Amino acid sequence: MTRRFDLPGRPVVKSGAGLSGAPHFPPQITVAGVMRQVLYALTPGVIACTWFFGVGVLLQILFAISFALLFEALMLRLRGQPLRPFLGDYSAVVTAVLFALCVPPLAPWWVAMTGMFFAIVIAKHLYGGLGRNLFNPAMIGYVVVLISFPREMTQWLPPQQLATIQLDVLQSVLTIFTGHLPDAFSWDSITQATPLDSIRTGISEGRTVSEIRQSPIFGDFGGLGWEWIANWFALGGFWLLWRRIIGWHVPVTMIGSVVLFSLATYLVDPGAGPSPFQHVFSGALVLGAFFIATDPVSGCTSVRGKLWFGAGVGVLTLVIRSWGGYPDGVAFAVLLMNLAAPLIDRFTRPRIFGHDEV
Amino acid sequence: MVEQARLAGEQIHHFHGGLRLRHNKKVSCETPLKRPSLPALLKIPLVQHADVNVQAHVHCLVHPGDVVLKGQAIGRFDDIGGGLVHASTSGVVTDISLQPISHPSGQSGLCVSLEPDGRDAWCAYEPVSDWAHTEPLELLERLLRSGIVGLGGAVFPTGHKLQRARQNQVHTLILNGAECEPYISCDEMLMREHPDRLLLGAHILKHMLGAQRVLIAIEDQMGVIHRVLNQLIKKPGNEDIDVVKVTTIYPEGGERQLIQVLTGLEVPAKGYPIDVGLICFNVGTAGAVAQSITSGRPMVERIVSVTGPGIVRPRNFIALLGTPISHLVAHCDGYTDDAARLIVGGPMMGYALSADDNPIIKAANCILVLTEQNIHNAQPEMPCIRCGACARVCPAILLPQLLHQQVVDELWAPAADNGLNDCIECGCCDFVCPSHIPLTDWFRYGKGALDRAVAEDERAEAAKLRFEARNTRLSDRKDARNERITAQKISVRQDARARIDALTNQAKDQEESGGLK
Repeated sequence: MTRRFDLPGRPVVKSGAGLSGAPHFPPQITVAGVMRQVLYALTPGVIACTWFFGVGVLLQILFAISFALLFEALMLRLRGQPLRPFLGDYSAVVTAVLFALCVPPLAPWWVAMTGMFFAIVIAKHLYGGLGRNLFNPAMIGYVVVLISFPREMTQWLPPQQLATIQLDVLQSVLTIFTGHLPDAFSWDSITQATPLDSIRTGISEGRTVSEIRQSPIFGDFGGLGWEWIANWFALGGFWLLWRRIIGWHVPVTMIGSVVLFSLATYLVDPGAGPSPFQHVFSGALVLGAFFIATDPVSGCTSVRGKLWFGAGVGVLTLVIRSWGGYPDGVAFAVLLMNLAAPLIDRFTRPRIFGHDEV
Repeated sequence: MVEQARLAGEQIHHFHGGLRLRHNKKVSCETPLKRPSLPALLKIPLVQHADVNVQAHVHCLVHPGDVVLKGQAIGRFDDIGGGLVHASTSGVVTDISLQPISHPSGQSGLCVSLEPDGRDAWCAYEPVSDWAHTEPLELLERLLRSGIVGLGGAVFPTGHKLQRARQNQVHTLILNGAECEPYISCDEMLMREHPDRLLLGAHILKHMLGAQRVLIAIEDQMGVIHRVLNQLIKKPGNEDIDVVKVTTIYPEGGERQLIQVLTGLEVPAKGYPIDVGLICFNVGTAGAVAQSITSGRPMVERIVSVTGPGIVRPRNFIALLGTPISHLVAHCDGYTDDAARLIVGGPMMGYALSADDNPIIKAANCILVLTEQNIHNAQPEMPCIRCGACARVCPAILLPQLLHQQVVDELWAPAADNGLNDCIECGCCDFVCPSHIPLTDWFRYGKGALDRAVAEDERAEAAKLRFEARNTRLSDRKDARNERITAQKISVRQDARARIDALTNQAKDQEESGGLK
């Protein structure tokens, strides 16, 4: 008696002839799995951020995720794509969390909405959706709100050790929704310049870095609070490395190039700019090195390409921090290198087995 | 390079990418090799090799109603050097027709249906009494008639491979026992049960090639075999044979990967191992050569693993070619309840069949049955997120994510440039793809389409050349005619001028003479 079996139903191409369906083991890993692990890896850093800057951080994340999923669903519907697999792939959630971590904790709700609109609708779906975006969506969203709403985007809180007064959950929610602080507070009393900001203004006022670093907002090697947030992000990053979700190439070359070049200027004149430590442990450098510049879609894919990509982001960040108009430059650096990624990939194609040099 | 190749096996090297897969071979190795009972009907395909063009030049040498003996040639094919197919047992030819055969294309092939008479009577054969003192050329002649093909998967006629190799200086013969795909254990069973046959095959092949040494490569997980072979090669006469253990990483059993592991050399993309003085045979092929040369009988059977979680009692069989798969499965106590997919070959490179009445062919090293749970896909296919996992595991050092995009977009020239034809279809990229894109299927499709595109280009180019040649020819002809006409005109004009001149002169003369008058 002949027994019939179903053939592998792999919906490939026009003619199915000659296709065997092998390999017959489906992959163990899924897109959703990758994105989920990125979210897990972000958790320690998110908790650290909340610890230092208050519950506003979590609220921003919550808003950003809600808007991201809303826009994602809307765009999927408009594009006639199935909702379930794409909403469930967590890619929009990762974008939202990365964006929210860059936003000041008490920024009004429409900052997250605008940012997510540009990230999800413009940078992601208008370019073709998952896997097709030329630019890192979170960074597009962030840069748009940074340029558009400079006042809201610079209202950073001091870490809780330095804060004289703190808002509770309800007050935070109200502030985010109304855009106004409760009556007892004023923006001047609760916000403070970030360490990178202070260095920038300090240097422009002619002070040396060691003088600037006398301020209580600096910690042992970076900004107070910021340095520990960076450490917790690094911890998550190492976990991603260990899980082989990301490669070492981008983080190492990105942080490496920052350290190398800032060390060079530091050794020449220690007062003229921040030390390599200060560079690495303030702003978004560590977060960027492990979570943003490692975005596979908008980055390079070949191994040598990744090395160049990471180094490029590092150098551009340093250039923007030193001479640019913004205190931190990770977002701009990543976007600029996104532009260069296809070209880099083209020139760093590996040598194929059994062929002479390309 | 040849110098480096001579040191094969001295040091173990690495190849790019690859996967560490669960071996899953043990289940089918625990029971000894067994011959199943004679099936009621054998269906012997006359095309046995895995080449895409199954309807290649095939000739049937028997007619329905013929009584054939075991080992009698019943078919011949003419492409890739040609070869013979023999009757696997004695009996009556009942039918010659196109039948579904075990082939990835799912196409039908010409099959001889043979009803066994139960006697299993051999046709006349002539054993070689002393192969060591027989001319290699005579042994080669026998091998060409034996129907032996490479049993590792390529199914290239072994005689022809030897013939080609003898024209190069082959110094080292590598016997490939690194059966790297999970589940398949036919080579392991051969080495377990007949290590002596393997060594005999090694000696015969070495004699035929004029090689200096033999290297038997096995996986580091085959501890028992390593011990047995090591004891055997210590015996006198086996000084030129070495056994090397290689780390079990899929697809190490691939010829080019194995050579890289043993020598550190990459066989050039357009070249063959013989270019560096190496040749690779599957251990099963060596066993078949030993059997056939010493007995004088052609190849009519092979070892097949019938295994997988969908089989009740997995084991290895010595199966007559043409035996229906269902017959072997019945001898394993059948399928489990959740059996869901029938595969010829391993889980990584094998191809699925739609029915189990297909016959065992020379290429069929394994019949694998997987369950619903094994093949269950956790998500639908998603867009590529360019994570690069595929590039990390690709043993051909390709960028599968890029190639995939180019194949989808039908950009054949860039795809060829990025090494589409260098893909060895090992399936590593599929296995790690978080988006579950059937990359290998795309590349299989792409290779065929690329060939067609190249052929189309060549045809277009030839047509263009033909057209240009015709234009040149026509314009040449026109030019020639114009020239001729011009020349004619000129000559006519010259003639006329000459005549006028002559008449003028004549008139002048007359005038002068008249004047004189």
